[in-house]
Amino acid sequence: MVGIVIVSHSKMIADGTAELALQMAPSAPIRAAGGLPDGGIGTDFQRIYDAIEAVNGPDGVVVLFDMGSSMMTAEMAIETLADPNVRLGDGPLVEGAIVAAVSSIMDHSLEEILAVVRQAGEGHKF
Amino acid sequence: MITTAQAIRIIEEMASIIQQNKDYLTELDMPIGDSDHGINLARGFQAVTTKLPALADKDMGTILKTVGMTLVSTVGGASGPLYGTAFMRASMKVPGKAEVDMVDFMAMLEAAIDGVKIRGKSIPGEKTMLDAMVPAMEALRAAEGQSPAQMLAAAHAAAQVGVEKTKAMVATKGRASYLGERSIGHQDPGATSFTLLLGVVASAVQEG
Repeated sequence: MVGIVIVSHSKMIADGTAELALQMAPSAPIRAAGGLPDGGIGTDFQRIYDAIEAVNGPDGVVVLFDMGSSMMTAEMAIETLADPNVRLGDGPLVEGAIVAAVSSIMDHSLEEILAVVRQAGEGHKF
Repeated sequence: MITTAQAIRIIEEMASIIQQNKDYLTELDMPIGDSDHGINLARGFQAVTTKLPALADKDMGTILKTVGMTLVSTVGGASGPLYGTAFMRASMKVPGKAEVDMVDFMAMLEAAIDGVKIRGKSIPGEKTMLDAMVPAMEALRAAEGQSPAQMLAAAHAAAQVGVEKTKAMVATKGRASYLGERSIGHQDPGATSFTLLLGVVASAVQEG
């Protein structure tokens, strides 16, 4: 199964997003990496790196992020890992996490999951 | 021009100037960002100072790379990956060196600018640190042939002008971009902190 990492400036957003996705797909390999070690708002390189390592396997990992520095910090963690199967997902955090989790437990490939995450960001909500 | 021992003193001085300006940088970040620039950078540079004793006998590349990696790991905001990338890219221009001259410094700044552009997916004119970095680089090129102190003073002055110009810009990158037109009138915290750091280098070389 493709692993999923949720990166947010806020620990509560990351944890809550993972919680929501796990409700839909309880067996999905998903880790939240939100906030700073002291509980503050921000993105922590090591926390993201460790979360990726925790869910990385033969099928790879999709890393979802909220905005701004979470993308930059996630990119740096991915570059440091230098694993071509660890990729950033380009889509909305909450919807992206849910479609990624559901696709992961259906054993979809990394490329397929990246595509559904991108699709989740297309169009409008109503 | 700058030996590794001087570089370590310059980095200590950078940590100190960021600490002194922590509240000022955070105030600048308050109306247009997330009020954390000063706090984040101060935390990062504080962590950097704890690494410096172990770097005393290392080469310039290793020193700058360690600074960059430490900033990435400890800053927590956008300035972590941005300054981290800047120092790491600069380090790649001076591997194994015990001293850097103006040619090296220009190559380092150019590499740092390229790194920030790629990392932040940004170009000059978007109210970011690039709006101080790029004018500084242009001033260095224009002052080529002058003494290192004169070149760095020109670069620092150009960065200060660049900071002033960020006031009129609309932010399209980072948290400030959500404010759109309301970001006008405020100077960019990242351009400001870069100018403070460059000022440290300029003063150090001034003193000879």
